[in-house]
Amino acid sequence: MSDNHITLKLKIWRQENKNAKGHFDEFNQKVSPDSSILEMLDEVNNKLEAEGKIPIAFESDCREGICGTCGLAVNGHPHGPLPKTATCQLHMRNFKDGETLYIEPFRAAAFQVIKDLIVDRSGFDKIQQAGGYTSFNTGSAPDANAIPISKTNADLSLDAAECIGCGACVAACKNSSAMLFVSAKVSQFALLPQGQPERYDRVQAMVKVMDENFFGSCTNTYACEAECPKGISVSNIARMNRDYFKAKLCEEKVEG
Amino acid sequence: MSWFTDFTNSSLGKKFIMALTGTLLMLFLIVHFIGNMMLYFGPAAFQKYVETLETVKPLVRVIEIILALIFIFHIYNGVRLWWQNKKADPAKYAVNASRENSDVFSRSMAITGSVIFLFLAFHLSTFWATFNFGTHPETEYPFYTIVSDWFRVPYYSIIYIVSMGFLGFHLNHAFQSAFQTFGLNHKKYTPLIKKIGTVYAVIMALGFASIPFYFLMGGK
Repeated sequence: MSDNHITLKLKIWRQENKNAKGHFDEFNQKVSPDSSILEMLDEVNNKLEAEGKIPIAFESDCREGICGTCGLAVNGHPHGPLPKTATCQLHMRNFKDGETLYIEPFRAAAFQVIKDLIVDRSGFDKIQQAGGYTSFNTGSAPDANAIPISKTNADLSLDAAECIGCGACVAACKNSSAMLFVSAKVSQFALLPQGQPERYDRVQAMVKVMDENFFGSCTNTYACEAECPKGISVSNIARMNRDYFKAKLCEEKVEG
Repeated sequence: MSWFTDFTNSSLGKKFIMALTGTLLMLFLIVHFIGNMMLYFGPAAFQKYVETLETVKPLVRVIEIILALIFIFHIYNGVRLWWQNKKADPAKYAVNASRENSDVFSRSMAITGSVIFLFLAFHLSTFWATFNFGTHPETEYPFYTIVSDWFRVPYYSIIYIVSMGFLGFHLNHAFQSAFQTFGLNHKKYTPLIKKIGTVYAVIMALGFASIPFYFLMGGK
């Protein structure tokens, strides 16, 4: 193995629990440019454990950029400064030797820090439980193309469905708004025939739970779109607004 | 009416009110702008314009009340949103990366809005109050004289010119943001809307600011 390692100054957020006051711990870490930021944290943790210290708590699962579990802010950018990249896919070759990295948890009132870099994203689960599904029996496998779907809508729906629910949009937003996440979850069904029966109930229910869970509102800064690891478009937010206003104005059901 | 208050208290409802009142205010600004441009046609033209408005005074009063209500809703909702959004995002990152993911116009709406509010209070307490209730100078074209006298005072003109800069910042984001909030976002026309918004903001800011600048530079 060639030694083209770089040395980084890491300032990592440490916080014992929800109520504790957090602080930055400093580490000088020699790291391979081929390792991801999570692998670098693994190395830091190995060293900490060898010294008998408490390792840094952080979340990760698939490490392939598709599950949405990992998530931390690097120098103020959720998932780091690289566009359309999840934390686990962020490699150290993108940083310069001697650079200082501030590694922090996602910051939002709705995302309380549980420990170190782990935040409580159960607000997203509550929003999903309010309407992020279709409720009918699937039965046996239907014939292919039994339900015609336009190619344009299918593409847009799949673009919205790319959302991995990581929370970077909330973390990037100056208002900690969850609009990009909720709008992606609303849009993926709103664009498909299968989503139509519950289309307007869904948007109202999900927005209601979003508002109840301390997420802010949208100022249209589009920071969410810029930081989203999946490049979810803010045109989804416009679609959600349209559906919500239409639901309030035109839906037969009075309570929503 | 619970469905209505549910709507106006929801985050999307508040945004809708912001966009709707904002759009009406943007339309009003155009009318105001055209009125101000009468100054460039000389004292007589401006006098005639103001006198024409005087003949329909009751209508003007009704519009003023509606306008005041629109302003109040816009400001009330803006303050409410700002406060709730502050509560939603109390902690800051050690490194501020907002410059790299969003533009300054969108991030400064609360600040530019507050400055415009202060300017509005100042503007109403001077021009509007003098035009409507003040003693008018004994000249041939008193309304023109009021304007030119005020704007020859340097500090007064400078307050106006600086405030119009803030207005331009506010409008640049406001225009395209209103369309997005209404749900009007499409790759067909959104890039054009953004351009029109910037052109609108620049014309409004430069146009309004040109008047104090004109008199400050010794315009008759």
